[in-house]
Amino acid sequence: MISFSKVSKVYGGAQGVRALEQVDFTVAEGEFVALLGPSGCGKSTLLNLVAGFEKLTEGQMLFHGQAVSRPGPDRGVVFQEASLLPWLTVWDNVVFGPKVQGLMRNEYEPRAHDILKIVGLEAFHKALPVQLSGGMRQRVGIARALVMQPKALLMDEPFGALDAQTRLSMQQLLLEVWQRLKTTVLFVTHDIDEAILLADRVCVMTARPGRIIKEIPIDLRRPRSIDDLTNSEFTHFKAQIMAEMRGAHDLH
Amino acid sequence: MPKAESKAGPVVPVHLWERLRKTVLALVLPVTLVCLWQLAGNDGAIAGGALPTPDRVWAAWMKWAFGTSTFGLNPYIGTWTQSLWFSAGRVVYGFAIAIAVGVPIGMIIGWSKLASSMIDPTIQWLRPVPITAWLPISIAIFGIRDFGAVFLITIGAFYPIVINTTQGTRDVDKNWIRAALMMGAGQRDVLTRVVLPAALPSIFTGLRIGLGIAWTAVIVSEMVAVKSGLGYVLWDAYYVGRMDIVIADMVSIGLMGFMSDLLIVSIEIWALRWRRLQSFDA
Repeated sequence: MISFSKVSKVYGGAQGVRALEQVDFTVAEGEFVALLGPSGCGKSTLLNLVAGFEKLTEGQMLFHGQAVSRPGPDRGVVFQEASLLPWLTVWDNVVFGPKVQGLMRNEYEPRAHDILKIVGLEAFHKALPVQLSGGMRQRVGIARALVMQPKALLMDEPFGALDAQTRLSMQQLLLEVWQRLKTTVLFVTHDIDEAILLADRVCVMTARPGRIIKEIPIDLRRPRSIDDLTNSEFTHFKAQIMAEMRGAHDLH
Repeated sequence: MPKAESKAGPVVPVHLWERLRKTVLALVLPVTLVCLWQLAGNDGAIAGGALPTPDRVWAAWMKWAFGTSTFGLNPYIGTWTQSLWFSAGRVVYGFAIAIAVGVPIGMIIGWSKLASSMIDPTIQWLRPVPITAWLPISIAIFGIRDFGAVFLITIGAFYPIVINTTQGTRDVDKNWIRAALMMGAGQRDVLTRVVLPAALPSIFTGLRIGLGIAWTAVIVSEMVAVKSGLGYVLWDAYYVGRMDIVIADMVSIGLMGFMSDLLIVSIEIWALRWRRLQSFDA
């Protein structure tokens, strides 16, 4: 569904920063994959390539068998700071996509209502983003991506700016939503617990040059919940990933 | 219901007192100045009769504003409203053209690097030319007619509008644009539904500066190139030695500029409601 072969991304000319170096990587349909790594390892760059926000320098990247040339509603992006349009209400933010795509009202309105209900914001559809908490804003960010029924959901450290407690409830929400919709998800994070809890597979990345050093399948049973954060299997995965990351760090 | 009781305020709401206080404070300086001016005068005039005192100015103004028109026999009786509308009409006309031209051009310059390299230098070269320097060309093209003034107002108001719109467009949060593209918006939707609203705070700054210049432009052009309006009366009254009308005219211009700015600010507050909420949050 998403496939990278020998993809490199260089910023600022031939002698520039090599953000990604010869990355081979695939995501299957319906899979939840986490990209885990320190800041500057190119994990957001990788996501931006799939989103169509940036162009790769070398190699080939396919989405559903086709090269990506621009952003589009088949790839719903959830940004780190939600990036909602502040002059639009929650409702108008959520239906922005269907509206500009020229869909019929009776086609998208029931769906938008359903999704706002799923993310628990049906009572806030008239509120402006500034009137919401960070967690609620990110719920809108998820809702406006889901309402387009994307083939893949690309999430760039979506809970990174939230406090620990809100982050847990957002992770729980995302697990429930994913259990229902089974959308393909590419999830960028630097939080090991978050990666293990959510993903079917964790790809550990290193910086300078950015590459994937290890892919670890997480075969914890589904449906999962935040209670899994403390069980022994979870701890086992965590130890394994921490060892990988430490090993990668020692190489430098 | 004790909850409702606690919400009920004092007899006069606090914000009304606050407004009254502000108005009184704002009036202290002008009232003092007018009083000093009045006291400096002797026998209704100062500086050897060159400058009338406020009471004389007021009397002339009232006659100018509310006197029964003498059908051209005395141009300073009952013609104030007419002059006011002439000038205000030109300002509205010229300012509207400046918005219609300046906002789209500013957005294009801010949005496209190509357009920026092609258009921006020309604008920056023309900008230092003061509106007064455009007078001869304006008269040559449009003659001593209405549109000469409108032309000058448009040129004067255009620069601040275009520059602030450009800046506002360049400063739009990149992730808002990315989000819109991701949701399937085309270039046109991005410009009208994202860039324009995001640049509005900056655009309004340009509008306020531009409107101030528009009033300067209308007075200057009426003094030289048009035979009606507050600017024409100002110069004409000076020639016939009616300094009381000159001063009343100046006060009228100030009042109009002040009122029109107030109007723009009210529209701004309404259009940017979402931003006011933001400041409560911060």
